[in-house]
Amino acid sequence: MSTPGERVLIKGNEAICRGAVDAGCQCFFGYPITPQNDIPEYMSKVMPNLGRVFVQAESEVAAANMLLGAAACGIRAMTSSSSPGISLKQEAISYMGGTELPAVIVNISRGGPGLGDIGPSQGDYYQAVKGGGHGDYRQFVLAPGTVQEAYDLIGKAFDLAFAYRNPVMLLGDAIIGQMMEPVTLGSNKETESNSPDLGWNLTGKGQRDPRLLKSLHLTDGALAGHNLRLRDKYASMEKDVLFENFLVDDAELIVVAFGSIGRIAKSTIRKMRASGKKVGLHRPITLFPFPSRELDRLAASGKRFLTIEHNLGQMVEDVRLAIRKHADSDFYGHLPGNLPTPEDFEQPILAALGVRS
Amino acid sequence: MKNGKEAFTLPGVLADVPTHYCPGCQHGVAQRLVAECLDELALAEKAICIGSIGCSVFIYNYLLVDCVEAPHGRAPAVATGVKRARPDTAVFTYQGDGDLASIGMAETMHCANRGERVTIIFVNNTVYGMTGGQMAPTTMVGQRTTTCPGGRCADNEGQPIKMTEIIASLGGTAYAARVAVDSVKHVRAAKKAVRRAFEAPLNNLGLGFVEILATCPTNWKMTPVQANERIAAELIPYFPLGTFKDMAGVDSNEETEVAE
Ligand SMILES: Cc1ncc(C[n+]2csc(CCOP(=O)(O)OP(=O)(O)O)c2C)c(N)n1
Ligand code: SF4
Repeated sequence: MSTPGERVLIKGNEAICRGAVDAGCQCFFGYPITPQNDIPEYMSKVMPNLGRVFVQAESEVAAANMLLGAAACGIRAMTSSSSPGISLKQEAISYMGGTELPAVIVNISRGGPGLGDIGPSQGDYYQAVKGGGHGDYRQFVLAPGTVQEAYDLIGKAFDLAFAYRNPVMLLGDAIIGQMMEPVTLGSNKETESNSPDLGWNLTGKGQRDPRLLKSLHLTDGALAGHNLRLRDKYASMEKDVLFENFLVDDAELIVVAFGSIGRIAKSTIRKMRASGKKVGLHRPITLFPFPSRELDRLAASGKRFLTIEHNLGQMVEDVRLAIRKHADSDFYGHLPGNLPTPEDFEQPILAALGVRS
Repeated sequence: MKNGKEAFTLPGVLADVPTHYCPGCQHGVAQRLVAECLDELALAEKAICIGSIGCSVFIYNYLLVDCVEAPHGRAPAVATGVKRARPDTAVFTYQGDGDLASIGMAETMHCANRGERVTIIFVNNTVYGMTGGQMAPTTMVGQRTTTCPGGRCADNEGQPIKMTEIIASLGGTAYAARVAVDSVKHVRAAKKAVRRAFEAPLNNLGLGFVEILATCPTNWKMTPVQANERIAAELIPYFPLGTFKDMAGVDSNEETEVAE
């Protein structure tokens, strides 16, 4: 456990672990895959010493279903993986969505499709945001842009999971996971969500009526009712939308980018501002719920847009949907396989500004 | 007889509602044995049932204990999560052969190998019941199903898997037995095995596993009586009854192993 205000130089993957431990995560279920191996390795050292649970499962499928079991008990629990492993976890994530179980899933994503590579990529945006598992469900998706944010957002992830009784995904990539930065620890706190009886969780029935947690709804209209209720719940998540606006007020062009790409784009923008280019950054921090209202507001005030992603173009669809009444968005996709530098984004931004180089 | 009049009473943990099982289906018998053991071991208050996929999925409508539903085959992983999160509970799964021995083979074996302190109740009716009678890993060679209409052929589909033998071979298993519910004598032995399968994890010895050979008259296309007779004639000779492992060291063979 960290002491409040403690300052350390750590990797993103370790920040996620320390954030989860500070937030009262009691159970961790994992399986090795690069580039997130630091997470199960750290948890295997720390959790048992704190009297908490670490299990290396036989597969991602099993790890995610162990998570489902712990979540059904109302215990703060988490699993982590990377892209192909997240595909395997989707079955349980859909069940947890349908059963309304609070669980935290970390995806330190890598390049795909298939085995792809182990380098950074944002190719899992669709899977994370649109529900890679079956059925009509949604999950909170939090995308940290710095190691500090990785620490802070994992604490937030547990709070949101229990506030909405819903799976929450922290979506990072190999840049966030492997990068070292100074971080201030100690702000994540365990709340009462690890208390024995939350009114819905399984504890063994004792003297009360038995409880049943399930996602099967066979009687006429039951599933429709359930899905409508879920829809309203997902809509209510809007009030917890998170984003960062950087120098947008006087900007002609707003770059929209998330996670580590948002952070790199910020450096580009800082540099281009110095040469008088009116560019700003909008960085969605929650990818679901998406900051559509804010983007619409910015578009209504006459801004132009360029979406930059580390993929072939996924979030750009959500940007276009958000701003469609007023504007369109250009797109620049940096291909996976190498790490973009702030300089890589200069030409695409100049092109979107209509400046000839 | 409890009060001199009643010949049959409902275990307190069994809901007083009609079940959805087909006539002659022995899921009902298996489920009742589980209920009786939960009652006798006074576990209702601290039990957590993991429902699985198959005709047994509605077990949670009949057992008055806390329950969570697992995806197909994953009940042992869900049980692991529940038991690790709440070590003070009595956790059990109730699974069919398609669920446990096919899609959930890995979860079942690793749960046993880790020695999770949980109980697995495995109802083997040699067929996928709920989805309409397709071939299961336990389908007998020559048995016709909707996906092996010419009868299961060992060359093409392999041999029926003997789960209890596999589970007994794993280090974390404390108790593993195979029973049947085709006769009064076998039902009595089955009850004892189910009880032991609950006691092994409670006594912190390891995993408790019991395989119950049961009928599926609907998909076997037999009358309930014919289906019951098939258990003795065809299934028991291939799937021998008995205790395959008992870490408690109790010689339970006389109770569960019944000479044919
Ligand atoms: C992932 C997945 N695959 C397939 C199914 C469809 N399914 C439902 S029940 C079942 C078979 C269950 O058979 P068994 O475990 O033998 O139980 P029984 O119905 O015979 O009691 C299958 C394949 C499913 N629900 N989920
Ligand atoms: S289909 Fe078979 S297993 Fe399912 S309820 Fe009917 S008899 Fe029982």
